Amino acid sequence: MTSVTELEVNGERRKIDADPQTSLLTVLRDQLGLTGTKFGCGEAECGACTVLLNGQPQRSCIMPVSLAAGKQITTIESFEKDGHLHPLQQAFLDEQALQCGYCTSGMIVTASALLRHHPDPTDEEIIRYMEGNICRCGTHHRIIAAIHRASRLIAS
Amino acid sequence: MNGETGPQTEPERYELDSPPAYHFEPDRRDFFRIVGGGIAVFLVLRGESAYPQARESTSGFFEPLPKNVGAWLHIGADDQITVYTGKAEMGQNIRTSLTQAVAEELRAPVGSIRLVMADTELTPFDMGTFGSRTTPQMGTQLRKVASVARDVLTRLAAQRWNTDASVLVAENGRINYPNTGRTLTYGELARGETLAKAVVEEDPLTPASNWTVLGKSVPKIYGPEFVTGRHKYTPDLSLPGMLFGKVLRAPSFGATLTSLDASEAKKLPDVVVVHDGDFVGVAAPSEPEAVRVLALLKAQWKTVPQISDSELFAYFKSHTEEREGWDGGLNHESGSVESGLSLAERQLHQTYTVAYIAHAPLEPRAALARWKDGNVTVWTGTQRPFGVQGELAQAFHLPLQRIRVIVPDTGGAFGGKHTSREAVEAARLARAANRPVKLVWTREEEFTWAYFRPAGLIEVSSGVSKDGKLTAWAFENYNSGPSGILTPYDVSNRRIRFHPCKSPLLQGSYRCLAATANHFARESHMDDLARLTRLDPLEFRRRNLKNERLLAVLDAATKAFGWEKTEKRPGHGFGLGCGTEKGGYVATCAEVAADRTNGRVKVMRVVVAFDCGAIVDPDGLRNQVYGAQMMGLGGALFEAIKFADGRILNGAFTAYRVPRFSDMPEIQVVLVDRKNLPSAGAGESPIMGIAPAVRNAILDATGVHLYSMPLVPNGLKA
Repeated sequence: MTSVTELEVNGERRKIDADPQTSLLTVLRDQLGLTGTKFGCGEAECGACTVLLNGQPQRSCIMPVSLAAGKQITTIESFEKDGHLHPLQQAFLDEQALQCGYCTSGMIVTASALLRHHPDPTDEEIIRYMEGNICRCGTHHRIIAAIHRASRLIAS
Repeated sequence: MNGETGPQTEPERYELDSPPAYHFEPDRRDFFRIVGGGIAVFLVLRGESAYPQARESTSGFFEPLPKNVGAWLHIGADDQITVYTGKAEMGQNIRTSLTQAVAEELRAPVGSIRLVMADTELTPFDMGTFGSRTTPQMGTQLRKVASVARDVLTRLAAQRWNTDASVLVAENGRINYPNTGRTLTYGELARGETLAKAVVEEDPLTPASNWTVLGKSVPKIYGPEFVTGRHKYTPDLSLPGMLFGKVLRAPSFGATLTSLDASEAKKLPDVVVVHDGDFVGVAAPSEPEAVRVLALLKAQWKTVPQISDSELFAYFKSHTEEREGWDGGLNHESGSVESGLSLAERQLHQTYTVAYIAHAPLEPRAALARWKDGNVTVWTGTQRPFGVQGELAQAFHLPLQRIRVIVPDTGGAFGGKHTSREAVEAARLARAANRPVKLVWTREEEFTWAYFRPAGLIEVSSGVSKDGKLTAWAFENYNSGPSGILTPYDVSNRRIRFHPCKSPLLQGSYRCLAATANHFARESHMDDLARLTRLDPLEFRRRNLKNERLLAVLDAATKAFGWEKTEKRPGHGFGLGCGTEKGGYVATCAEVAADRTNGRVKVMRVVVAFDCGAIVDPDGLRNQVYGAQMMGLGGALFEAIKFADGRILNGAFTAYRVPRFSDMPEIQVVLVDRKNLPSAGAGESPIMGIAPAVRNAILDATGVHLYSMPLVPNGLKA
C-alpha cells in the first residue's frame, strides 16, 4: 500500500507520511500537531474527535486517512479567525457551556455543521444532531443554550 | 486532612495510603532567586509546629521559611500575583473560584492573579482534590493568605509614606492614600523587596455579606484556551524524541503471565519492549506502530476463577471482612431496634442493591514521562499529584525529590483519577527507552483497568407508628461504603452498620462516594413507608425531620416543583429524595413519564434545591449542580458494569450507556445562599437525590417498587 502524503487541512496543504489505514485523528494530532481534536473513545461513540470533511461532521478516530485525502478537512483550530472567536466559541464562553472542556472541540465542530443546515434550530433539532456527542460533566443544557445564542449571533 | 473519621466527615477511602512525608522547605534565598524577589505569604497548616526556630525579624517578617505550608502567594515587581496550590482543576472550575477567593481578600483584579496548581515541585503538598474540600479548606486558606498579603502591602505603603496603615485603602491592585492622592500598585510596592511572611494569626476575613468578587459569577479562567482547542490536556502533550507506549493487558483479572515471546517485536527498529514481572509494555515512534508491536507479542497467561456479576450480592454477604481505617466497618447503635419494631404499627423489611459503575471521564487516563539524570517528570491528569509521586517512588525505589508530577488541567475525573497506574507504566517504558514516552489508555482500558464505584447490598428494617413517626431504623450496608449512611430522620431506636466486603472488582471513590447508594436505599424506603402509612411522601418526611437546613431545601425544592399544586398527567409520577452530606443539603424532585406497555421511562423534569453555605461562584455552582443531575441520571437509570469470569463485558460506549442529550430532563436549580454560614464544597452532594427521586416517581406513576440501581437498564418490565 502506498502511503498518504498530503492532506488539505484548514485551507492549507500539509505534507504527511501515513499508512492509508491510519486514522485521520492520529495524523492530525501526532503528525500535524493539531491536538484541538480530541481522542475520547476510538469507536465513533463520543464525538470528541469530530472534524468537518467537505463541511460534513465526521468521526476522525475511525476514518482511515486515505478517505480524507483530497477532501477539505476543517478542525477546531480554524474556527478562531484573526483573533476573533467563532460565534459558537464566543457563545460557549458566554453560556459557560463547558466544565472540563474535553468534549468542547467536538461539540463546537458538530454544532457548526448543525447551524449550517439549520440556522435557527429548535431544541429538538439540536438534541437530535448532538446526540452522538458525549459530555460527562453534564453541561448539555448550556450547550443547547450556547447553540441558540450562536445562532442569534450569526443572524445579526 | 485533620484526622476526622466519623461517617459524616468521612474523607475518601480505598485508594488512599498515608501521604508521603514531604514538606515544603525552601531556603529563603533560593526561593527568591526562583521567583525573582517580591513579597511572599505562606499559609502554615494548623496543628503543625509551624517554624520552631523562626524568629520575627525587626522588619516584622520571618527569616527561615516555614514548614508544612498549605499554599502560598507571591507578588512580583511586575504586578503579577501568583498563587501556588496543590489542588487540581478537572472541570469543577476551582481555578476560577479559588482565583476569586484571592481577588476578594487581596482587593486585586481577577485577571491579575495566576494560579499554579498541582505540580509537586512548585506547589506545596496537598492530599488531593477530592471530598468536596477545595472550597471549605483551600478556599479559606487562600483567603487568609491573600488577606495577610494585603496587610503586608498596606504596611509597606504606610512605611513609605510615613503614615498609619489604617488610613490607607487597598483597592483594585493598589494601595491608595485617599487624602493625598498618592497611590502605588502592588508590584511597585513589591519592587526591590524579598519579604516572606507566614500566616499565623487568625486574620479576620471579609464577611460574605461584604463580598464584591466572591458570590458573583466570573468568566471561566482560561475559557478561550478550551473553546479554541489550544488547551493541552495530558494526551495532547509531546516532547522531542517521544515514543508512544502500549501495555499488554491480562485477558482477565487475576491472570498471571506464564511465558512471553517478544522475539518478533524486538526485531523492529526503534522499538522498546519491557518485560518486568507481570508488566509487559512496548514503545514505538508512533501510536499505530506501538499497536502493531503489541500484537506481535505472544503471551501465555494463567487465569484464576473470578466472581461474576450474577453471583455478586450473595458473594458480598458471605465475604465480609474486617478492615481498619477509613474504609473500615461502622457500627452505630442507639436505643433498641427490636423494641422499636415491637412498638410499630407497621414494619417494613427490604433489600436494595447498587451496581458497580464506571466514571468514564471523557479524557482517558494518560501520562507522559521523561527521565533525566536519574530524575523523572510525569505529566498526568490525576486528582492526587503527591499521591502519584508516592506511587512512582515505591515503584522505582526513588526518593520523592527525584520525582516531579505535573497535572495539566484535566478532562474530567469524578473521583476516578486518584491513582495513576498509567504514570508508572509510562515511566517504566520511558526509563527503558531512555526517551520520553506518552501512554494514552484506550477507552476499553479505561473501562477495565481503572477502578469502579463500589457495588453494594443494603438491608433496611423499619417500624412506623400510627401517626407516621419512625419507631425503629436498622440499616445494614454491605460493601458500598459508610458515606452518608447515618439517617437525618429523627429515630431513637437505630442500628446502622457498614460491613466492608471483599470486592471482585477494583473499587474506589466516585463522586459523593456511597452517599448515593445510602440515599437511594433510605429515601426509597421512606417513600414506601409513606405509602404504608397513607401519608404524602413530603408530609411523611416533614413529620420525621428536625434538621432545619434539610427542611428548608425540601421546602424550596417542592415549592419550585409545585409538589402540592401541580396536577399529574396520566402515566406521569412525582418523586422526591433529600439528604445531607459533606456540608451540602439537597432536595430533589423528579417528574417521570413511564409507559408500562412499552417499558419506556423518561425523566421529564427535575427540580433540585441545594444549600452549601455562602455561595462563592453562583454560575460555577449551578453548572456543578446541573452536571450532578445529568451524571446521577446515568447511575440511576441504566449504568452498570457487567462482568463475568474476570472480564468486563461492556467496556465501550457502545455497550455502556451514559446520559446523552436525549436523556436530559428539564432541570431547575434552586440555590439557597446562606451568607452567614461557611462555604462547603458543592461538586458532589447534589448528586445524591436524583436516584431516589426518580425511583419514587416511577413508583408514583406505575405502582412498581424498584429496589436496584440502575432502575431500568432494560426499560420497565411489564
